[in-house]
This record gives sequence, C-alpha cells and structure tokens, in this order.
Amino acid sequence: MSEIYDVELRNVTKKFGDFTAVKEISLGVRKGEFFSLLGPSGCGKTTNLRMIAGFEAPTSGEILLGGQPVSQLPPFKRNVNTVFQNYALFPHLTVAENVAFGLEMKGLAKDEIRRRVADALEMVRLPDSGAKKPHQLSGGQRQRIALARAIVNQPRVLLLDEPLGALDLKLRKAMQLELKELQRQLGITFVFVTHDQEEALVMSDRIGVMNHGKLLQVGTPEEIYDRPANRFVADFIGDTNFLPCRIRECQEEVAWVQVGQSLQVKAACTQTLAQGKEATLAIRPEKIHLHPPGSEGSPGEDVFAGRIVEAVFMGTDTRYVVELEPTIQLVVRFQNVNAAAERFREGENVVVSWQPTSARVLLS
Amino acid sequence: MTARRKSLLAILLGPGAFWITLFFLIPLVLVVVYSFLERRSGGGVLWSFSLDAYVKLFSPTGDTLINDFMMILLRSLWWAALTSFVCLIIGYPLAFFIALQPPSHRTAYLFFVLIPFWTNFLVRTYAWKFILNNNGLLNNLLQALGMKRIALINTPTAVLIGLVYGSLPFMVLPLYASIEKLDFDLVEAAQDLGANYVRVFSRVILPLTMPGIVAGIVLVFIPVSGQYIVPTILGGGKVAMLGNLLAQQFGPALNWPFGSAIAVVFMALLMVGVIFYLRGDAREEEVGL
Repeated sequence: MSEIYDVELRNVTKKFGDFTAVKEISLGVRKGEFFSLLGPSGCGKTTNLRMIAGFEAPTSGEILLGGQPVSQLPPFKRNVNTVFQNYALFPHLTVAENVAFGLEMKGLAKDEIRRRVADALEMVRLPDSGAKKPHQLSGGQRQRIALARAIVNQPRVLLLDEPLGALDLKLRKAMQLELKELQRQLGITFVFVTHDQEEALVMSDRIGVMNHGKLLQVGTPEEIYDRPANRFVADFIGDTNFLPCRIRECQEEVAWVQVGQSLQVKAACTQTLAQGKEATLAIRPEKIHLHPPGSEGSPGEDVFAGRIVEAVFMGTDTRYVVELEPTIQLVVRFQNVNAAAERFREGENVVVSWQPTSARVLLS
Repeated sequence: MTARRKSLLAILLGPGAFWITLFFLIPLVLVVVYSFLERRSGGGVLWSFSLDAYVKLFSPTGDTLINDFMMILLRSLWWAALTSFVCLIIGYPLAFFIALQPPSHRTAYLFFVLIPFWTNFLVRTYAWKFILNNNGLLNNLLQALGMKRIALINTPTAVLIGLVYGSLPFMVLPLYASIEKLDFDLVEAAQDLGANYVRVFSRVILPLTMPGIVAGIVLVFIPVSGQYIVPTILGGGKVAMLGNLLAQQFGPALNWPFGSAIAVVFMALLMVGVIFYLRGDAREEEVGL
C-alpha cells in the first residue's frame, strides 16, 4: 500500500438476510480529512458508518483504521467515536458525566477528566451546562454535548451520523460552519453521513456518493458537481437538464452527439463511447446563457435558437424553460442582472449558448 | 372550580373513596384499635386500653433478646427479601429476553408468563406439593434417572420454590416494562465510548432499568412477606411465616389484640421501606426518567 488511510474499506459487503445494504465498497479516507458519505435514505451510508464504528460486522471485506484491520474488534476497542443521529445522551447522567463517560472508561485520573471535560464544554461553547441533565437542554445544545462527548476522547476518527438532521434550517446552517471550523482546529478525521447534498458540498473536503449500497463516485465537491460520473450523481447533486442523445463521434474526452431531430451538440465525456450508442446529455441550468435572437454567443460556445415557454421570477434569478425543438426543453437559470424591462418574456425567441465543457455525456 | 365540575368530580371519585373507606380504612383502624385493647378469652376483645400485646411482642424470652414471635416476623422479612432476590435473578434475564424479541413475539411470551394466573393459587400450590413430595413427580424422576431421592417437602427450600414460583410474574412484568422502554442506542453509545459489556450493563442498563427493579421488588416483597398458603402447604407448618402466626393468633390462640399488634408492627416496618422507595422515585421523577 502506497498510502496509509485513517479509515479504509476494502471490498466491503454487508448483507442483512437477502438484502444487500452495502455492496463491494472500497474507500480510503485520508488523515485529517472531512469526508462525507452522501446518498438518499436507505442507500447504505449509515450501515457503512456503523461498520466503521463496529456496531455491524461486514459480511465480507476488511475495514482498517490507521492501517490496522479492525473487522473483528468490538466497538469499545476501536479508536473512533460516534455522534449519533438522535444524540443518544445518557438521560440518567449530567452533561458533565456524559462528557466524562469515555474518559472514565479509559481510567484517566479525576483531575485530568475534570480538566478535559471543561475544555470540551468550552469548545462547544456550553461551558456552564455541566450540572444540567440532557432533558433540560435544547436540541441544538444536546447536539453540541453529543459532539463534546465524542471529541473529548481525541479519537483517530470521528463518525457523524446525520448529526444536524434534527435541527431547524437556520441552526443547521450555523452548525455546518461551526463543525467545519471545529474539524479544522482539531485536525481529527471526520466521516460525516448525510442525505443533504448542500450540507455535503459546504462542509466536505471530499464526498462519496452512494446509491443502492454502491459507491458511485468519490471526489471533491467541485469534481462531484462539475464532473458527475453518472446520471444519478448529476441528478442527486444540484439541478440538471437531462436530454436523451445518440453518439455520433467520440474521441478521448470530447463527444459529438445528436439531440432530438437536428441538434448537433459538442460535450465532454469520461470514456470513449461507440458511435450510435444511446446516452444522456447533462447540463446544469446555470451554465446556460440566454441572448437576444441573432446573437453569436461568446467565443467557443455552442449556440442554439429557441423560444421561451415559461419564465418564473425567483428573486436573485429567473427560471426559464426554453424549447429548442418540440420535445426538447431546457431549464435555464439566469441571474437578474438586467433591468426588469430588458428581461426575456414568455413566447419570446432567444438564443441559448454554453461552453462544450459544461455539457456532459453520461451513460446511466 | 365550578359547582358543576365539583359535582362531576364527586360522582367520579365517590365510588372509589367509598370502597377504600369501607374495605381498607375502617378495617385498618379496627386493627390498630384492637392492638391496644385487652384480650377476651373466648376470642374478640375487651374494650379497655392495654399495652399487653406490644409488651408481649417486644419482651425478650430467657436469654435471647428477640422472642419467637418477633423472630417469625423478622424471618418473614428475610424470606421476602430472599424471594425478591431470586425472582430478580431469574426475572431480569427473562424480561430482557422478552424485550429483545420482535414486537409480535413479545405478546406471546408475556402471555405465557401470565398463564398461571388462570388457575387458583391454592390449586397451583397443591400441584407443587405433588411435584415436591417424597413420592412426588420430581423424586420419581430422579429415581428413574438412577439418582438419590431428596427430601424437599416441608423444608425451607420447598417454601422458597413455592414463593418464587408464585411471585415471578410480578417481578417480570414491571422489569419488562422498563427494559422495553430502554433506548438501545444508549447501549451503542456506551460501547462507542469504550465501555465493555460489564460496564455497559452496570453504568447504563442497570441504572436506566432501576425503576422496574424497584417496582418488581416492591410487588414481590410485600405480598410474600404476608404469605400464608405456601408456608402452610409446602412448609407443612414447620416453616412458619407471618401469615401463619396471624392465623394462629386469630384462630386457635384466640388472642386478637396480639394478632393485631403483630400486624401493626409489621405494617410499620413495611411502611419505612415504601417511604424510602417513594422518595427515590420522586428523585428520579425530577430528572425526567
């Protein structure tokens, strides 16, 4: 092995009876990385996390922590800590006793425990809550205590199972940034499970997108967003136009495809595809530009004529539906930089344009 | 409170209050009053104040500080404690097992726990007599297996078996109720924080199911301490408990004040325990358990 990962999954499969929750996943999480497992509910991301924590044993494959195989180790012998979705704070213990729990299990001295608990509560900005019981705290405060209870142990890896899911939108946004900042300070490797694509994009160094137990793509937020590996990833993250197309020519990373009856489109692709193959053309609504009829677009852009069939004002931008051919419609998001009088109206003829690198040919 | 609500409250609470007054409060007062009266030789009481009954109960005999009557009373407490303990040891794993079953199976298991209640307790205790008899089922089985017969009937062991058997459901049900409520995410959280199986149990499961344990002990301890049927049938009168002593005083001995005094002292002892229990319970109420 060239690189030693903090967390590594080698060909891991997990079955529950006939149901395969996780299918042959291989994955390496680097030291100090904020790694998100992103996918819809039931995609196997939580099962993955539970296997790393030790609550589930893989049916086959191996899990390594810091290069050491741990598949046979019970949870209490692994140097990882979990922040649970429902926080799982001990209701019979005070906040301070909750945070001290892990340190007591390690058998640290009382003074040391007291000092580290105080530090951890300080770090989550609840220094005076030690004597309270969990039920006296708000949801956001419980979330912080669950975090403090985990990080106080200085684990090699912190596992977070949708920790922000129960918070309201505003609090969630604030906690996203706070968590990210905390991770930077501590330098602990985070494995973060979420179904919220925006959350994953905002917080992660890298994202692993999962569906139906499979890991579909691993990459930085930019890579995942700009160069989705397949239709599911493109669809799950952000909004995308999908147009059925046929390959006319494909060389290395550039393809020429036919869309609808007559549209010839140049697009990026990740592999060489056979001529005549059916595929999907994906293009993000914000990468499409609108111009008045007769425009040539910017240099290097593909240009097509169309007609606006729908225009919905959304504040910072307007959402247009542009028809290129009777069955070919594109959603376009155009920033409202112009004065209201100069904006396009329903029924108007327009020219749409985009850079060929913004359009991608996807197979599935 | 409006007059209408007051009268509604009176209608709803009336029957219960009447019941408690007639069948609980008045007899209780009678027992306390009787214990301070004088014995009438043919049974019943003479209406003149007397502390004889209490003097008799607390006065030492010979060189022992505690007389035989007090001894029986204390022994009853000991038997009740022992029965509670054995029920807890057997009942806790059983309740835990049931709580871990899929919800559809749990009802069936609880049903099995409750089935014995369909038969009269006296009949079931006689059944145990047939099992434990010197020529009973158990000894015949032992003999058939080539082992020695054991004398069980009319021994403390037989009484303990009978008491545990009769009380077990009262231990299992409250235990089940509190274990079933247990959030098993907390077990995982404790393991995640480095607690091994023993510590998960002692630091998380045990404290969180303590209300069920206390309720189970109270439900077993109090009825068992006054048991009459089991020590009579399986103990053959050789293992006397409080119930036997009371029956003797109100029956053959015809000493009603003394019987009443025994009952009053015993009630006082139990009351101390229950008060401790309720105070503990109130504390847990505060922390939201």
